[in-house]
Parts: sequence; structure tokens; C-alpha cells
Amino acid sequence: MSFLELRNLSVRLKGSGVPLLRGVSLSVEAGQAHGLVGESGAGKSMIGKAVLGILPRAVEVTGGEILLDGTDLLTLPPAERRRRIGATAALIPQDPLTALNPSRRVGPQITDRLVDILGWTRAAAQARARDLLAEVQISEPDRVMRAYPHELSGGMRQRVLIASAFAAEPKLIVADEPTTALDVTVQKQILRLIAQMQARHGTALLFVTHDLGVVSKVCTSLSVLFAGKVVEETPVGDFFAGPRHPYSAALLAATPRHTAPERALIPVPEAVLAAVRAEVEGSRG
Amino acid sequence: MADARLARRDVGLRLRLAGGWLAVLAAVALLAPWIAPHDPLAQDLMLGRLPPFWLDGAEPGYWLGTDSLGRDVLSRMIWGARIALFVALVAGVLTCVIGATLGLVAGYFRGWPDMIVSRLVDIWMAFPPVLFSILLVAVIGPGLLAIILAIVVIDWTRFARVIRAEAMTQGAMDYVASARVAGRGRASTLWAEILPNVLPTIVVLLTLEMGIAVIVEAILSFVNLSISTDDPTWGGMIAEGRTSIHQAWWVLVFPLTALFLTVLAFSQLGEGLKDRFDPVLR
Repeated sequence: MSFLELRNLSVRLKGSGVPLLRGVSLSVEAGQAHGLVGESGAGKSMIGKAVLGILPRAVEVTGGEILLDGTDLLTLPPAERRRRIGATAALIPQDPLTALNPSRRVGPQITDRLVDILGWTRAAAQARARDLLAEVQISEPDRVMRAYPHELSGGMRQRVLIASAFAAEPKLIVADEPTTALDVTVQKQILRLIAQMQARHGTALLFVTHDLGVVSKVCTSLSVLFAGKVVEETPVGDFFAGPRHPYSAALLAATPRHTAPERALIPVPEAVLAAVRAEVEGSRG
Repeated sequence: MADARLARRDVGLRLRLAGGWLAVLAAVALLAPWIAPHDPLAQDLMLGRLPPFWLDGAEPGYWLGTDSLGRDVLSRMIWGARIALFVALVAGVLTCVIGATLGLVAGYFRGWPDMIVSRLVDIWMAFPPVLFSILLVAVIGPGLLAIILAIVVIDWTRFARVIRAEAMTQGAMDYVASARVAGRGRASTLWAEILPNVLPTIVVLLTLEMGIAVIVEAILSFVNLSISTDDPTWGGMIAEGRTSIHQAWWVLVFPLTALFLTVLAFSQLGEGLKDRFDPVLR
């Protein structure tokens, strides 16, 4: 039984009615890492945001279901939905520079959720935060908890955010391009850390990225998103052995390789694009 | 490195000078009944237009001279500080609270609250402010309350506009999304996550507004729309001093200097506090 299942989710821009997601279906098994790949603008982040209930105001859900642990979030009243998401899901955001409140110390930002939603005592929450910071390999948890975000490096902040995401033992974590804003050496450490934490805590992970290499390291299955639609959902091994959809093939072929000579990018076949265009025009209105 | 230290010391000095002047002024205002050497309203035509103490013809006890009606300039300035600071404080804080609240709500919630506040600001700004305040005072009748009301009614847009933009920027940050995912309600997010980040801006605007309030009070006094003409206000003194500038420059120059220093001190205090407050610059 999948922990998170999207059925036919459609999202569009209010006003103009431009479709952003067109009937997206995918499932994330409990305790498994699922990659969500696609080029920029395909709607990857939009899916993560829809799941966590933080879609921008200009965007509305027009249909479909978001089943979190068997309950359709979209049918719940807002307060109940908020509570349920808060208790079972968490976010590792893209940009560690803006993801921590600059005017608050780091410690309370980790413990907030434990105290506010789960009703922990402040002392217990602090002890928990300290343990987690140690777990994400921060050497002086106490100093970091007292620090303001600007006193920490980008990598440190992303570690803090990972610790914070795991704080309440969520069943699902949405990681929205968590390494994009970091430099390459730090990226590697952070990826390894997320994979370790995910495995150790048995958390389901929806990993949004445009980097297939990252998916191959962290995830067991993946969905390929193209123009607001999942064109392929498959185990990672099968995907790299032979992608089925022409867009997937083009995406995989676009990965630069040091060992192969440079070659031209393979475009997505014109027939596929024409079909997508026709669909988008048809669903608009 | 040395530059950074220098800049830091400048900030400290600026804060100390501005804060010092305002503290002295506040003390003077509070203690006015005890430290003013004369009754600010007492007229003595025999002692009209006495020069300040270092000039020939000065009378002992009248340190900064007297005006054309023989009222002591220093005493009137001391009592005037009382009115100026009272207006600055009350009008400044009221303007700030109203404008910042509307700005925060509009900027964070967007949607229809934003529509209402933004349109209101647009309409408001189409009125010429000085005319508007004169009209207002004319309707309510002159008095301290009318001045304060005029300042609040005119200047809340200043706060609303700036704070709205700031709240919008902060609202788009990932930390707000994280807080929302963690189950924080909208109002709580606004209060606990966004407000602390907008606070430095609010403080700067507040101090600027206090300076502006002092000026507006002086302007309204200057055009005789403040409290009764007898009452000692800096603006009233400037207006009066203007008529006898050639015979008694001191009646104009001393209150003008006090006004200038006070407004400058308020704006410098704001700048200094901003640097102090900002967690990134700190």
C-alpha cells in the first residue's frame, strides 16, 4: 500500500487557466525514495507543493486526489488538512539561505513543530533537536542551536533543515531540489546524508530534482514529468536500462558524460511535442 | 577590516548623539514646570525683544532673550519641547500601529484585504497632504488632538505601502512555507515569522515618522492651525519670530535650531537602530 498516492491531480493558474499539472498520477511507497524528474517548468515543484498544501495563491487544484496514508487531503477541511500534513509530512526546501527565518535562532525553528503540533515539552524538544543535529554530523549542536542562520554556512544550514525535517519523525518528506543551491562538494555530502537519514528513519521520500545522477544514487523508483504530465513511472534500474517514453530517452541521453565524446543533444521528437501541444490546448478553457 | 570597525564606531556615535539629544529633550519636556526659568505665557512689554545673554542689553535671567511681547524665549522653547515630543510620540506610534498592521495584513494575506488596502492607499495619496491636514484641522477645530489625528490620517499610507511590500517579500520566502508545512496557522505565521523580520523597517519608519510629526506640528502651528496662538509651540515661535527677524533674530533662530536638531536626531536614530537591529549586519 503506497503511503502517498496522487490520482489524476490537475492544477492550473487561476485567471488564465493555463494547466500546470494535467492529471498527474504517481505513488510513493512507505519507506521508499521516489524521484521526480523533469526539466524546469515541467511542474515538479508544483507537485511537492500540492502535497504539502503550500501551493501559491495564484494556483488552484482543479481535480484529482492526493491520498496521504489513505486519506484524500483535498476533501479535508483546511485546519484538519494542515494538522495532518504537519503531523506526517515535512519539507526539505531548495534554498537553505531563505528557508530559515533570519531573525530567529536556529534551535526554536527546529523545535517549533514538536512543541506546537505534537505537544512536547520544550526541554524534550530541545534534547531531540540536539540529538538530530548530532545525527546530521553537526559537531557543536548547542552552539548551532543558539546561532542565527546567517552565522552558519550554506551546507550547515541545509544540515539544520534536514534535521528539522526529520524532527517529528514524519512518514513522508518532500525534498525540493535540496542540493541545487549548494556547491558540488557539499552537494555530495548532503545527498549521502539525506539517503542515510531516509534509510535509518524509514521515511518515504519524494525527491524532486532535475538531476538523474542524483536520482540514481538516492531513489528506488522515479517518475518522469513532462509538460505537467507523468510520462513514465518506473523502478530506477529499469529506467537506466531502457527508458520507454521518447522524452525520457532524450532526458537520459542529455546527461553529459566524461567518457563519451561530445555530441549534439537529441531533441524530443516533433510528433510528441505536437501531441502535447494539442492536449494542452484542449484542456485549457 | 579597519573600515568595518570604523563603520561600527560611527554607528555607535550616531546612535549616541541622536539618542543623547532626544534624551535631553525628553528630560527637559518632562521637567518643564520645574526648569523653565519663567512662565512661558507671562508677557512684560517693558522687557520686549531682549537679546540673548551674550549681547549688549541682555537682562539677567532671560538667557535666550525675549520676544516682542516680552515672553522668555528659553521657557517657551522648553514648554514647546513638551508639545513637540508629545505629538511625535503619540502621532508616531498611532500612525505606525495602524499603517503597519494594514500593510502586514495586505502584504501577507493578499487577496481581497490587499485589494482594499491598496486601493485605499492609492485614493489617499491623490490628496495633497498639507491641504488635507489644514482641511481636517479646520473641520475638527484646532487643538492637539486635531494635529495628531491629521498626522495619523495622512501618514498611515507611508507605513502601509512600505510594510506591505516588505511583508510580500518575506511571505514568499521558504521559511514561511516551512512554517506552514509544520502546521502554523496564517495569523501565527504573520506574527511569529514575518513580523520579526519586518520589525527593523518598522522601527526606522517609526523614528522617521516622529521627525515628520514634529515638522507637521510646526507647520500647522506656523499657519496658526495648531493649538491656541498663546501656547508655546516651536512652529508658533518660528511664525512669530519671522515677523521681527530684523529686530530680534533670536526669536526665530533658537526654536528653528531645536526643530532642526530634533528632526535630524529622529532620522539618525532610525538609521542607527536599523543597523543595530538587522541580524545580518549585526
